[in-house]
Amino acid sequence: MSVAALRKVEVEYAGRGRALGPFDLTVGQGEIVALVGPSGCGKSTALRLLAGLEGPTRGEVLRAPGRGETAVVFQAPTLAPWLSARANTALPLELAGVRKAEAAARAEAALARVGLAGAADARPAQLSGGMAMRVSLARALVTEPRLLLLDEPFAALDEITRRALADDVLALWAQSKPAIVFVTHNVEEAAYMASRVVVMTRGPGRAAGEAAVAGPLPRPPGFRTTAAFRETAEAVSSLLAEGMAA
Amino acid sequence: MRRLADVLAPLALIGLLLAAWEIACRVLAVPSYFLPPPSAVAKALAGDTGSLLKAAGYTLWNALAALLIASALAQLLAVTVALSRLLERAVQPLAVILQVTPVVAIAPIVNIWAGTDHPGRAVVALAVVVAFFPIYSGAIAGLKSADPDLSRLFDLYGASRLQRLARLQIPSAVPYLLQGHKVAAGLAIVGAVVAEFVAGSGKVQGLAWRIMDASFKLQTPRMFAALVLLGLMGAALYAVLEAAERAGLRWWRGR
Repeated sequence: MSVAALRKVEVEYAGRGRALGPFDLTVGQGEIVALVGPSGCGKSTALRLLAGLEGPTRGEVLRAPGRGETAVVFQAPTLAPWLSARANTALPLELAGVRKAEAAARAEAALARVGLAGAADARPAQLSGGMAMRVSLARALVTEPRLLLLDEPFAALDEITRRALADDVLALWAQSKPAIVFVTHNVEEAAYMASRVVVMTRGPGRAAGEAAVAGPLPRPPGFRTTAAFRETAEAVSSLLAEGMAA
Repeated sequence: MRRLADVLAPLALIGLLLAAWEIACRVLAVPSYFLPPPSAVAKALAGDTGSLLKAAGYTLWNALAALLIASALAQLLAVTVALSRLLERAVQPLAVILQVTPVVAIAPIVNIWAGTDHPGRAVVALAVVVAFFPIYSGAIAGLKSADPDLSRLFDLYGASRLQRLARLQIPSAVPYLLQGHKVAAGLAIVGAVVAEFVAGSGKVQGLAWRIMDASFKLQTPRMFAALVLLGLMGAALYAVLEAAERAGLRWWRGR
């Protein structure tokens, strides 16, 4: 069963021409899909279509989740500086009309899930980049979304933090198995986190091909040294090279 | 040690300039009506402290009242206008006209409207006109300054217009509002002083009238004494609002 799908979508912006497509993508229940492609290929545009934040110029977007069942994590933590970590996390619930006390309690539970139980009162300015990203993740998870969209969520972080967060996201995914689509330009990150990697051509992006990633999710320790991981990374790299040439 | 030097440096410069001024006046025998030495200004200030302070209080009170009124009006209008693009378009040219018209030019008509028996009202009204714009334009810019991705999240979760205003736009505007009020406070004093000059009668008992009155009588040391008070008052108000801005930003950012 699919959670969301793009059918021959094209997106054109006035004055900039076509940014995406024609592009097809189907996201199944509980699936983790990585969208990989060169800069400007329309990965983030595809994500905004899946989120319902934008409409396609042509084609069709199918979305099963209702309001509040889709969550987005952006490249920057995108937290309100005037709110505590708890209040930032509770924001989606409060916008949906959940009572303040209940929203705060659920926000604290979500913060505990991302390992920030002790930081509920901290303001974004008092958090490190990795911690702020975790708050952003907690805010996305607090509504128990069916579809979680991540737009280069770790791009601004150092390598060690990136790897730790990748494992955390997979552990969190294992708890409620939402469908995840994440955009990245890091081939290894895509091969590590996704069950399927979709490679896009340079802009306006079309599908250049895709690669399934074998192996259990979340990844066992040492997965990066396995043949399956290396083969997927190689396959994605060569698809990317073909996509650049196309 | 470094902080002490930071405080002492401007004081030392002022002391040096005053000394040079005093010596120059004495050596060159400059007549006091043309340029009084600092000692004469100090004497005028000491001899007339009560009445000068009362005048300063009058001007400061009017400026503060104007700042409060301008603040309320500007923020109310900015929030109203933020709810409708069309309304903002409609108001913008009028706001600009109000800003670019010199306050001196509209003072006479405001004096007539306030009535010759109530020149104080005209002073406040004119200071409001001057203090309004920095707060209004700060509020308009601030209400639009929200992080675009944060704004997308509000779209994603189906926030209503009012939720967006109260939970995103107004909080995002806080740093802009603090800055706007700091600028407006200085302008409110300028507006009050200009209005007092234009009112030009003894019914307005502010510092500007003291300056004018002293100039009619060629009491130049008193003019300088009033000027000194005016400068100190402006600097003090600026310092208070700057401290308020810093405290406000610390609260807003959480550090």
